[in-house]
Amino acid sequence: MRLNALSLFAVLYLLVLYAPIVLLPMFAFNSGTVIAFPLQGVTLDWFAALLNTPALHEATVNSLIIAISTAIFATILGLFAARAATRYGFPGKGGMVGFIMLPLVLPEVIVAISLLIVLMQLGLESGTWSIIAGHTLICTPFAIAILQGSFSNMDKSLEEAAIDLGETPWSTFRLITLPLVSPGIIASLLICFTISLDEFIIAFFLSGNEPTLPVYLWGQLRFPARLPVVMALGTILVVLSVILLIIAETFRRRGLKRAGLKDTGGFL
Amino acid sequence: MSQTRTPIVTLSGVQKFYGDYHALRGITAEIGRGEFFSLLGPSGCGKTTLLRAIAGFEDISDGQILLDGKDMEGVPPNRRPTNMVFQSYAIFPHMSVAENVGFGLRKSAMSTAEKRAAVGQALEMVGLGKFGARAAHALSGGQRQRVALARALILKPKVLLLDEPLSALDKKMREVMQVELIKLQREVGITFVLVTHDQEEALVMSDRIAVMFEGEIAQLADPETLYRRPNSRRVAEFIGMMNFLPARVTDPAGARVQVDVQGLGPAELDPAQCPGGAKAGGAEIGVRPESLTLLYDGQTAEAGREASGTVREVVYYGDMTYYDVLLDGTPAPVRVSMRNMPGRKVLEFGARARLAWDPRAMVLFG
Repeated sequence: MRLNALSLFAVLYLLVLYAPIVLLPMFAFNSGTVIAFPLQGVTLDWFAALLNTPALHEATVNSLIIAISTAIFATILGLFAARAATRYGFPGKGGMVGFIMLPLVLPEVIVAISLLIVLMQLGLESGTWSIIAGHTLICTPFAIAILQGSFSNMDKSLEEAAIDLGETPWSTFRLITLPLVSPGIIASLLICFTISLDEFIIAFFLSGNEPTLPVYLWGQLRFPARLPVVMALGTILVVLSVILLIIAETFRRRGLKRAGLKDTGGFL
Repeated sequence: MSQTRTPIVTLSGVQKFYGDYHALRGITAEIGRGEFFSLLGPSGCGKTTLLRAIAGFEDISDGQILLDGKDMEGVPPNRRPTNMVFQSYAIFPHMSVAENVGFGLRKSAMSTAEKRAAVGQALEMVGLGKFGARAAHALSGGQRQRVALARALILKPKVLLLDEPLSALDKKMREVMQVELIKLQREVGITFVLVTHDQEEALVMSDRIAVMFEGEIAQLADPETLYRRPNSRRVAEFIGMMNFLPARVTDPAGARVQVDVQGLGPAELDPAQCPGGAKAGGAEIGVRPESLTLLYDGQTAEAGREASGTVREVVYYGDMTYYDVLLDGTPAPVRVSMRNMPGRKVLEFGARARLAWDPRAMVLFG
């Protein structure tokens, strides 16, 4: 009996967690203009409307530029930090790694406000580049967490062996380190891209007059007639995020397999 | 014989500090050309640090390392005439066996065909002729070991450094690889420097062994000298098994040192059997278990060198039997090993036993 109660709890829990998200595609394909049950007919009009909205296209381009730049910057920074943290011991290492990882738990609204204050104090215009900076700040800890896993799975003597066989530190990095952590790098790029693409608070505070996709979405909520279109866009974003996360996880597992290691419970 | 060879590795006063920790305390030694040299010691004695210092992975705090007469100060590992077999083998998991073995040839001037031939030859040498195309992660422990050897030897280093290369293998495989390593070393004629904590492994494979404790070489000698004439009680305890009997030096000055050994009786020793010198008074006599012999009915010891006692423990190994015998008038039992042979009865617990001993097998410790 106890088992049944627990199973019931688990099912309810998952339902509460995911039911609202299921509503998104339901209304995205619903032909009625009002977001309410009962559902009317099936339509693709709302998706078609997305294609005819230039402001949405601009927001999408902004978001893609920001997400791609963030993914690259955060992963490069994460690569350096993760290698240093797993390979070397140096004074103050613990504190330093702690501070780098802090944005992981820091409320985003704090990060957003402080960045905005800094920008205002410096008299700088906020815009795409400032969102990239903010997103890099919050994504780098994720990149480090993923890459640290890749590095600590890698036998340190592999790099030494390559140097011993005549390679320079740089060619060793290129021939041995990079191929072995590349699944981690790809996973990190994809996860940072996804986080940046979905991020709202920092983008909202810093976007100025160049909204990102989530900020644009939020703006559209004021117009009830636009709601089904927002639902359609939301549906696309959810599907995209899920696909990206699955690809990222696949690469992480492939990396483990290539290194001949057991999965010890990954990032996801 | 190794003294007559010109050294390929010269270590003089090598010191290494890790912060306050003194890992190497003035290592001085010469390793001969073509020698199979072992660094033997318990974990934490500095043997691996010394090996890595020779390879160039550790900077030394003081002293000098010469490889083939050249000072290695500031020379990085990739430009030293050494190659290393790592404890984990460090086989590149994203490459095939042939790519692993040929890795070191990447920068050589050889043509692709020459490189392929060299890789084939190296694989043949370690008995992996048909394994070139195999993925590296699909190999067994022994095969990885061979790939690591082939990969390091393909560059024809002046010195091959081996960091506990057999410790990851099971007992059977280890014994096979010991013999193979000796054969291989003889075949290629390259100097091997082996790090190991296994005294048996060192005895089996080495021309000479440096026994290390706490960052210092305690004794550097060939295996037989090390076993028969350990220069300290600590070395004696580390290499094989040894009994220590309380003794009294009665005449340290004569051509033969006179000792009275508790439980055995008076003995005459050559000064060479007293590595720390002999001083009148209390001392200890070390004697290996196989140098004490059980006497069976009708047998007598030479020159009355006979002692008797009671069997306190019997450990039967098949080929050998180990006995703990409490000699009359002594506080602690001695260990005696006897080869089991037809006509040699295995004694039982509590039985009376007579022992023959030989002063030539004794070592005096001050």
